Amino acid sequence: MKQLLNHGIEPVDSHVNRKTDKAWSLKDKLFLGLTPGQYLGQALRNPFNWILGLILAVGLPLIAYRYLNGLGAVTHSSNDYPWGLFLGFGLFVMVPLSASGFMLGTSVEIFGRHDFAPIERLALLNGLLGYFFAVVYLLADLGQPWRLPYPMFVSFGPAAVLFLVAWHVATYLSVQVAEVSVAFFEWIGWLGGKRFIRRIAVGLTVAGIILSTLHQGALGALFNYAPGKVHPLWYSAPFQWIHFFVSAIPAGLCMVIAVSTIIMKTMAWRCDKNYLDNLDRCTLGLAKGASMALITYLAIKFIGVAHDNEWGYLATGWGAWFLLEIAVGVVLPIVLFAYAVRHQVVKVARWGAFITVFGIALNRLNTAIISFNWQLYQEIPHVFEVIITVTIFAIYIIVYRFLLYRLPILYSWKSQTEESYAAETVPQSSSSARNTPSPAGAMYRKFD
Amino acid sequence: MSGISRRRFLAASLAGCAATTLAAPKKALASGIFTGYPESMGVLVDLTRCIGCRSCEAACNAEQNLPDPLLPFDDKSVFDQTFHGGTQKRRTDENAYTVVNRYNPEGGEPVYVKKQCNHCAEPACLSSCFVNAYTKTPEGAVIFNKKVCVGCRTCMVACPFSIPAYSYSSAFDPLIKKCIFCHETRLKNGKPPACVDICPQEALTFGKRKDLLKIGNQRIQTHQGRYLDHIYGENELGGTSWMYLSPVPFEQVGFDPNPGNEPIISHVKDFLSTVPMVLAIWPALFVGFQLLAKKQAGHGDHDHDSEKQHDEEGAEQ
Repeated sequence: MKQLLNHGIEPVDSHVNRKTDKAWSLKDKLFLGLTPGQYLGQALRNPFNWILGLILAVGLPLIAYRYLNGLGAVTHSSNDYPWGLFLGFGLFVMVPLSASGFMLGTSVEIFGRHDFAPIERLALLNGLLGYFFAVVYLLADLGQPWRLPYPMFVSFGPAAVLFLVAWHVATYLSVQVAEVSVAFFEWIGWLGGKRFIRRIAVGLTVAGIILSTLHQGALGALFNYAPGKVHPLWYSAPFQWIHFFVSAIPAGLCMVIAVSTIIMKTMAWRCDKNYLDNLDRCTLGLAKGASMALITYLAIKFIGVAHDNEWGYLATGWGAWFLLEIAVGVVLPIVLFAYAVRHQVVKVARWGAFITVFGIALNRLNTAIISFNWQLYQEIPHVFEVIITVTIFAIYIIVYRFLLYRLPILYSWKSQTEESYAAETVPQSSSSARNTPSPAGAMYRKFD
Repeated sequence: MSGISRRRFLAASLAGCAATTLAAPKKALASGIFTGYPESMGVLVDLTRCIGCRSCEAACNAEQNLPDPLLPFDDKSVFDQTFHGGTQKRRTDENAYTVVNRYNPEGGEPVYVKKQCNHCAEPACLSSCFVNAYTKTPEGAVIFNKKVCVGCRTCMVACPFSIPAYSYSSAFDPLIKKCIFCHETRLKNGKPPACVDICPQEALTFGKRKDLLKIGNQRIQTHQGRYLDHIYGENELGGTSWMYLSPVPFEQVGFDPNPGNEPIISHVKDFLSTVPMVLAIWPALFVGFQLLAKKQAGHGDHDHDSEKQHDEEGAEQ
């Protein structure tokens, strides 16, 4: 892509090709304004695509193999360890890392912190894709995935925590589709849809908070069914759901920092000035929020230990592992964030974010797999299970990148109709931002 | 401005109310502790009588149409089998709804322990199932509706006795497999399950649960020193239909000595009862925050407020 940009090619960011003054066709938009040959060329030049291709070449046949031969053929999921990596990683890790959508949605839409608007859409997309792929992982894990709609339409177990998770994830997924669809409507050029979503934005955001509070917590409460199986240090009867909910907050915020860092390094061409100029400031803001959430999380983790009087376990091997998880995954990022915010060093905040993401992931794996059945024996995932998990993650990255390349997530869509509309109305308007309903667009003008 | 806010508020409240209505049954179903049907049947397993002949295993496989195992049922070498680095004994699986294991308690005779579903009064599998596949019948059995099982396997995570198994080998019709107290073929008609019928030692006593408790206590009284003064399952985890008498402390024969007397669902109730509160309070709370933040912005940042206003007017057009 860089080479093409050096040759003077501009990626699509409006309905009209500025060089020829002709409207981009859908095909042009899909190929980013390149010819298919150019597009294929840049894709093949990218070594990362070859790695992805290799993963898919091995993983896709294995996924087919899983559906033809059953879970037993590809996983070590057993009668003692019903949940392996597909849920341990795919559901319990992906969902907290996707809390970004509701966190940034709340900051911008509810608390009016429009200074975070440049990164809001990325956070929303990160949330949507994380949830979507959690469901994909679930489809890989369920014994009879074609019965996924059963809890919605066929047979109801409303007193079960998983019933709540199923309903809330499904509802929240639709809420997130609606939230992200603003970018899609801009891209295809349907302003009516965009306006409609903007009108219900507050309702959507509040629905997002409710659903997120409950199902992030519910994922924790699922382990309340197994009080004797999860190690006491990772289990707390009264606080399990609060631990999961609170730790999802730094997880979501840090995932946005992590993803934005990767974007900055690998696809800066797709970001506009507004996004790049505001990124460092937003990163430090997010880091501040994440560190407050992490301090709270640290406190309630030890309240959990104190409440059940589990101090004795800290002196055991499990205790050392628990303390390591807390030291690396929680305390270290707090220190890094404090330093980063105090001295305005964005790089340190980014390191802190990557470590937090790792720490929360480790916590979920510890709860779901590593400390699960601590009195029995340790389960080691099947190699095929690992490959399928990595493959689905690779597909997640491909879809993520596909959308970031195209939809106005990292850049503002320059709409001709709106521009002409603005030209007509600006003289009477007190604010030049009148014609750009999206907060990102509003900020763009404000910061200019 | 007020018109817009009101409409937004109403929209959000409506959404909240709809969600609350949806969630209301959760609380209703979750409240109260169910201590079991009064006329529930049960089985008392007397570990002092079991000789490890495994005829119950054979009868079970025949009754439930399960395939024959690799080693015949009279092969005693299965008692020496261990799994996962010697840490685990045999357990129930898709082809064995009941297994007998041998334990060698400190300085005593070997004790044989039959394992199967204990048919809890308030089963964890039932309360964790999001498609309501499980039913606790008035006769005491916990049965399973294979037509709705999605295969999430939460019941297996939830079962404190690690009983439900899954047919992982099946690609197109994998299902939960567990002892159903021979409900369809026998219990429904008042007959004891196949394993009880065949037991040559009368180690298994079938009867009404409340009568079995009396029999158990009687045995403990009559044969002083023979039994531990405890019927496992009388109170454990809210009570089970299958109960055990043992000559030695239960932890020496593979039981969790302190599972608590609360059913598993009571560990989850704290969370379940916060659900309707969050659904009811969050909408007003956060829409309120939004109104507060907006007001504040209007004070300090007029430009910003008018921008929002225009934004909304723009949306109207």
